Parts: sequence; C-alpha cells; structure tokens
Amino acid sequence: MDADDESSNPMIDEIYANGGSAEGGGGEKRSRRLIISGDQFDIEAYASLYSGRTKIARLLFIADHCGGDNSAMQLEALRMAFDEIKKGENTQLFREVVNKIGGRLGPDYTMDVAWCEAVDRRAEQKKEKLDNELNAYRTNLIKESIRMGYNDFGDFYYAHGQLGEAFKSYVRTRDYCTTSKHIIHMCMSAILVSIEMGQFTHVASYVSKAEQTHEALDQITAAKLRCAAGLANLVSKKYKLAARKFLETAPELGSHYNEVIAPQDVATYGGLCALATFDRTELKASTLTMIMLLNDDCEISFVFLILILYLQAKVIDNINFRNFLELVPEVRELINDFYSSHYASCLEYLANLKANLLLDIHLHDHVETLYDQIRHKALIQYTLPFVSVDLQMMASAFKTTITGLEKELVALITDNQIQARVDSHNKILYARHADQRNATFQRVLETGRVFDRDVRSMLLRTNLIKYDYNARSLSRKL
Amino acid sequence: MDPLEALVAQIQGLSSTPGDIARLHIILKQADDSLRAESTRLSPVLGQLAPSEHSLGFLYVLDAFTSGQISKQQAETSVPIITGFINACNAEQIRLAPEKCINLCYPIVLVCKRLKDQVMMLEAPIRGAGPLLTAARKLQLSTEHLTPLHSDFLMLCVLAKCYKTGLSILEDDIFEVDQPRDLFLYCYYGGMICIGLKRFQKALDLLHNVVTAPMSTLNAIAVEAYKKYILVSLIHHGQWQLSTSLPKYASSVAQRSLKNFCQPYIELASSYGTEKIAELEAYVQTNTEKFENDNNLGLVKQVVLSMYKRNIQRLTQTYLTLSLQDIANTVQLNSPKEAEMHVLQMIQDGEIYATINQRDGMVRFLEDPEQYKTCEMIENIDSSIQRIMALSRKLSAMDEQISCDQLYLSKVGRERQRYDFDDFDVPTKFNI
Repeated sequence: MDADDESSNPMIDEIYANGGSAEGGGGEKRSRRLIISGDQFDIEAYASLYSGRTKIARLLFIADHCGGDNSAMQLEALRMAFDEIKKGENTQLFREVVNKIGGRLGPDYTMDVAWCEAVDRRAEQKKEKLDNELNAYRTNLIKESIRMGYNDFGDFYYAHGQLGEAFKSYVRTRDYCTTSKHIIHMCMSAILVSIEMGQFTHVASYVSKAEQTHEALDQITAAKLRCAAGLANLVSKKYKLAARKFLETAPELGSHYNEVIAPQDVATYGGLCALATFDRTELKASTLTMIMLLNDDCEISFVFLILILYLQAKVIDNINFRNFLELVPEVRELINDFYSSHYASCLEYLANLKANLLLDIHLHDHVETLYDQIRHKALIQYTLPFVSVDLQMMASAFKTTITGLEKELVALITDNQIQARVDSHNKILYARHADQRNATFQRVLETGRVFDRDVRSMLLRTNLIKYDYNARSLSRKL
Repeated sequence: MDPLEALVAQIQGLSSTPGDIARLHIILKQADDSLRAESTRLSPVLGQLAPSEHSLGFLYVLDAFTSGQISKQQAETSVPIITGFINACNAEQIRLAPEKCINLCYPIVLVCKRLKDQVMMLEAPIRGAGPLLTAARKLQLSTEHLTPLHSDFLMLCVLAKCYKTGLSILEDDIFEVDQPRDLFLYCYYGGMICIGLKRFQKALDLLHNVVTAPMSTLNAIAVEAYKKYILVSLIHHGQWQLSTSLPKYASSVAQRSLKNFCQPYIELASSYGTEKIAELEAYVQTNTEKFENDNNLGLVKQVVLSMYKRNIQRLTQTYLTLSLQDIANTVQLNSPKEAEMHVLQMIQDGEIYATINQRDGMVRFLEDPEQYKTCEMIENIDSSIQRIMALSRKLSAMDEQISCDQLYLSKVGRERQRYDFDDFDVPTKFNI
C-alpha cells in the first residue's frame, strides 16, 4: 500500500526547505503511479479555490504527479504557479518553478534575474528594518509592540518561504500575548505554517491550545480550527476522527480558509473518511438524514422527523454538512448509493474520482487505504443480511469476477470481518453463526484444565522451594 | 563364630516385630563396613535369607554384594536375584531411612541404581523396567511422592521403548519431592514418553514443569527440556513466542540464559511463524546436523508436518467445501493426491471433521459433532469438577500448613514492622 508518510512529505520538505538544498531534487521523487489523465480535471477552476501559498503548493504537486505524458496539464500548472509566485516575494520557489518549466513555456516564463535580485534586496532592507524595530521594542519592554514585532517577522519569513524561521517567530509571540485574541492569532499562524511544513503534530497541539481559550470562539475561527484538526487526523491516518472533525465544521467557513482548504475539500475528505470508517447508523445520522428528508415522500419524512428530534445535535451538523456536500455532488451521490446498496455505481463513482483525488496534496497518500476500506465495507454490508449468497450474483453486483470475489471474501473471513463460509464447489457463501453453547462448554473445560495444571505445578514448585529452603537452613544449622 | 554367620542368625531372628527390626537396623548399620569387605562371600548368604521376611537384612547384604565393579557374567546372575528380591520384599522394611547422609539416600535406591546399570550393560533395559516399577511403587509413601526410582524407571522405559508402562506412573500427580534432580529427570523422561505416545498436551505440561522449576543455576536437563518444549509447542499449539515463553515465576536464571543455548530452535520457531512451508523446510535442511546431534530430528520433522495440518485446519474456518486441487494449492502441497492423504490422516486422527467426495474431488468440512449432551460428557465434567475441588482443598491445606511452619514464621516475623497499625501486641517471640 502506498499510504506511507514518506512519499509526499519529503517532497514538500524539499520544496520548502530553508536552506534551499533541494534545487532540482524534487524531480527525483516522481509519483510512482502514472495516473490516467482526468480530462475532467480543470486546473484553473481548481486553483481558483485557493489562495496564498497553498495554491502554489498544490499546483506544484499537480505538476509533479500528473504523469509524463500529460505535459499539457503539467505546463498549465507550472504556468499558473509561476504567475502566482511572481505576485509574491518568494525567490526560492521562483527558482524552483523556473527549473521545472525548463524554458518550455516561452520567453515570458524564464528566469528573471533582475526581479529576483530586486526582491532579495528589498527583503534584506526590510529585514534590517524589522530587526531594528524589534530591538527598540525589546529595550522598551512594551509587550504589545514586541508581540507585533515578532508577528511581523513571522509574516516576513513566511512570505519569503523560510517556514522554519516563521514558525519560530510566531511561537515567540506566545510569551507576549495578553488577550485570548492574541493567543488565537498566534495559534492560527502557527497552524498555517505547520500545515505548509507538513508537521501535523504541531497542528494538533495548536488546535487544542486555541480551543482551550476562555473566550468563546467565533464561528469562522471555530470552523477553521475544526478543519485544521481534521487535516491533522487525516494525515496521521485517524480516519474516523478526521471524519468527525470535518463533519462538525460549520458551513460559515465558506471560503474564509482558502489559504489552507476549500469547502469542497471538507466535503470530499469528510465524506470519504466517513464512508470508510462510520458504521451504518453513524453514517445515516451524520450525513444522510437531511438528504433523504428532501428526497423521499412525506410519510417517510415524518418518521425521519422523529429520528431527527432524537438526534438533535447531529442534525444541526447534518444541515451543515449537507451544504458542503452540495458543492461536490459526486461525493453526495456516492454516499447515497452506498447507503442504498447500489454498490456497482458507488464503486464506479469512486473509480472516476480516483484520478482527481490522487492529485490532491493531502489525500494523495490515503486514497488507496480509504478506497480499500470502502470496498471492504461494501462487501461486508452486502453479505450481512443474508443466510446464503450466490457468488455469481454478488460478482455481477460488484462488477468483478467470481474468483477475484472469492479471494477477497476469504481474506475478509480470515480477518473475522465476515462470519460466513464459502462453498467453493457450488459457489455459495453461507452465513455461519458461532454456536455459543458449544463454545462456552469448550471454554469451561479448557479453563478447568488450565487451572488444574497450574495449581498442580504451583504446589510442586512450592514443595521444591520448601525443600530447598529446608536444605539450606539445615546446612546452616550444621 | 564367623561374624557373617552371626549376622545371618541375627537377621533371621530379629525380623519379626517392628521393635526387633529397629534393633536389627542399628546392628546392620554398624556391620555395614564389614559386610562390604566380604562382598565376595556373600552369595551363599543371600541364599540363606528369605527376601519377603528378612527384607531389611537381605537388602543390606545385597547392597554390600553389588557394590564394587561387576562384570557381565556376574551381572547375569545378580540381575535375577535383585529382581526376585524387589518383587518379594516387604515395603515397610525397605523404607527405613539411614541417617548417615543428608541426602536421605535409601539403600534400596542404591541397589536399584546398580540394577539399572547392570541391565544397561546387558543391553536389555526392558528387563529392569518391570522390577523398577514395582520398587518405585513400594518405596513411595503415597502416590504423590516422587522417589529417585521414578526417574530411573522412566529412563529405562524410554530406552526400551515400552511407553505404555511408563504412562501408568505418569498418571499420578506428584506433589512431594525428595530431590529436585529427580524431578527434573522424571519430568524430562516423562515428557519424552508422552511425545512418543503423541500425548502432546501432557508432554507440554511436564516439560513446562522442568523449565519453570526453581533453580539457582542452569542445568543441562533444563536446556534439553527447553529445546523439546519449543518443538512440542509448535506441534501442539502452532505457535511459540520467545517473549511469552517463560512465565514470570520461572527462575531468573532460566529466563536469562536458556535461550542462549537453544538458538537454532528459536530460529526454527520464528521461521514457523512466517507460515511459509518452503522456508521452514529449507531451514530444517540446513540445520539437520544440529538437530541430529540433539536427537531431535524426528521431532523437527513432525513440526514440519504439523504446519501442513495447521494450514488445512485454517481452511476449515473459511470454507464449507473445497476441491482437493485448491487445498493442494493453498497449503503448498504437490498434488491433490497428497492433499487427500493428508486430509484422510487428519480425519482419522480426529483433528478435523470432514468427508471426502472422491468422485468430484471435493472435501466437505463439517462442524464438530460434539454437542455436550451425552452422559459421558456430563460424567467427564463432573469428575473434572470433583478433581478441581479436591485440588482447592489441598491448596488451602497447604497454605494453612505453611502459615504454621516455624521457619516461615521466624522469617516473616523478622521482616515485619515492629508495630502494625492493627496489632500493638505483636508477639516478640517472632522477632528473632
């Protein structure tokens, strides 16, 4: 499985490394899988969802991962990255992109040495100025000014791509924070930088720090924190927690967190993680109730209304999440199909989405795992209500061959996920429920035997020790 | 009068009442050395004494007679004499313990050891098995008592390959031991006998006792037992973990050092854990010599066989019917014919429940037919309950006994605080 951390993090680290030691190093770690080009993938639309550094990072990621024979998309991504970088002040990234372009886009997109030097000079001057100011503030010992000074330093470093320094500067403001607003500001900046650096442990700790402030957070900040927490969980493979966090995100988030994540991403990540990890009741409660309410007839909706009254807390989130899901209708259809057991179409949607998802910077490593989990859940769910299942029909429902299906089922049975046995001769799957009574008898007899043996050995050992002790004390007396 | 003649007369005269026997015992002890000096002249003396009535005297004379080097022909004559004595002797008389040595070494034990040596010299260990069994039973104070004769008897059984007789004595539970070394040997040979009879669970229990027995220094018996323990674990349980192999109550010496001596076996166990038969067989091939030297090669071959069995057993959990061809493929056998043979063998041994349909080449796996409803099962459960209750009673009795033991109390009293919260009137007598 390629769900390792090591595939994309070193690449990100290389791109953003402070020392600039990774010039041209990014080219080595090409993606190991060539992705079938998703014609549906519209880079412009995708990039317009984001702003700031993450836009550049995502574009570069796409350029690296879209495969050798899709140079059109690659060049498009690099071109947009170039434009974006030119608007900022990050000469390091600029050099990277120019190298990657390699002159393929014409004279406009080559190394602009003058611009680089100008930016660097400006940066030096600004740095000196900031330094002087900060020293002045420090001698004056005015807390607020020192905090602002460090913040400015942090912003400066961030703009120039020196993320490690930026992080340190932001963290230094901690000692000079006086109100919870300051703390929240510090946490948000630290989270932003940590996400860019790929250090999601920091993200998690700063999220919890921010949430612990005494003042109530406003909706947008709370939503941002949930997203960040969700991302951290996703990267550390805690899919269930990630799903919960994403589902709790308020829709007021809108496009306020575009420097990190777009609302479509919230829907996609949350939907996929929920599909892979939630069981049926949770899935229903958290994502589907409202959808069904709008789709079905009135009398059914009445039943669901009762359900909703019971599930008040989750309902509020339902509405929220439904708003998100509207942004990615495919994921919504996907979840609907899964719930209504149309597994073939569900898996088809998944397959279509896969190509695009592999180009996403955060989901890239986890697509395979999540997909496997979803597939397994589909198989398990299919067999759950039946006493016997004809493998022929099941294979056609999942659009796969009987032998392949048999192998997958055997793997699941061995893992104890399905309680059934395969009749390989007639190609039928029979449910098998453990006989509790027999099992209990067996356990009882075994426990008795073990107790018997252990007590006997214990008595024997006691005797030996007593003998030993007696012998020794006897010899001492003699 | 010839001192020997006088002795014989005393033996014949003083063998009737317990008081006389005690006196006779003292006389015999004093005469022991002189008897040994005259060992050559003793065979006619033996003829004069009757083993059943004059057991004690006969024993001492026999002891003196058989001490010293004996050649093969002499062994031929003396073995029947000893055998006859053992069968006929009086149990109480031979149990009188000499106080001359700390090790409580009964003279009967010495005699039996010599018997064992002699039958080994004659290369007919089976001749000694029967007599030693009788001797062991006679010497035992109770069925829970382990005598040094037990281990010798079991050794002869192993050498003679008559396992069933050995099994009879293994059925008794042992709680009292005279010498730890006897216990080690007893459990080790007992384990070997059980392995020979394919009673792997009992073998595991016995070997476990050896390996976890309290010992201050490592001994060779424990090392050999550990090697067999690993192999039998693999055969019976299908797994063996180094980290969990020795429980906490095993002696620290064992926990630290045993594994250093058994390296090839530990590697065998880890190779078994990978569930790849080819690897396992390759490993066995490369290390055949080492296993051979330890006389464990047969057991190792059984380990390899058990892997096939375990794989087939796993199939019963996932399949209801399976073709022989598929079984052969999954378990990495060479042909469906081999798979059929394996499955047939396992059905006969009762390790799986299945039916083979030769026409279709299919095997149908069945559930364990045991329903736990028969009378036999109920009796079985009932007897287990009774047994365990008896064991619990014994445990409490032992606990009480130890709490009243003087040595224990003196040690505990020393280590206890002067004044506990509850009892201010701690008897100072115990704070020695």
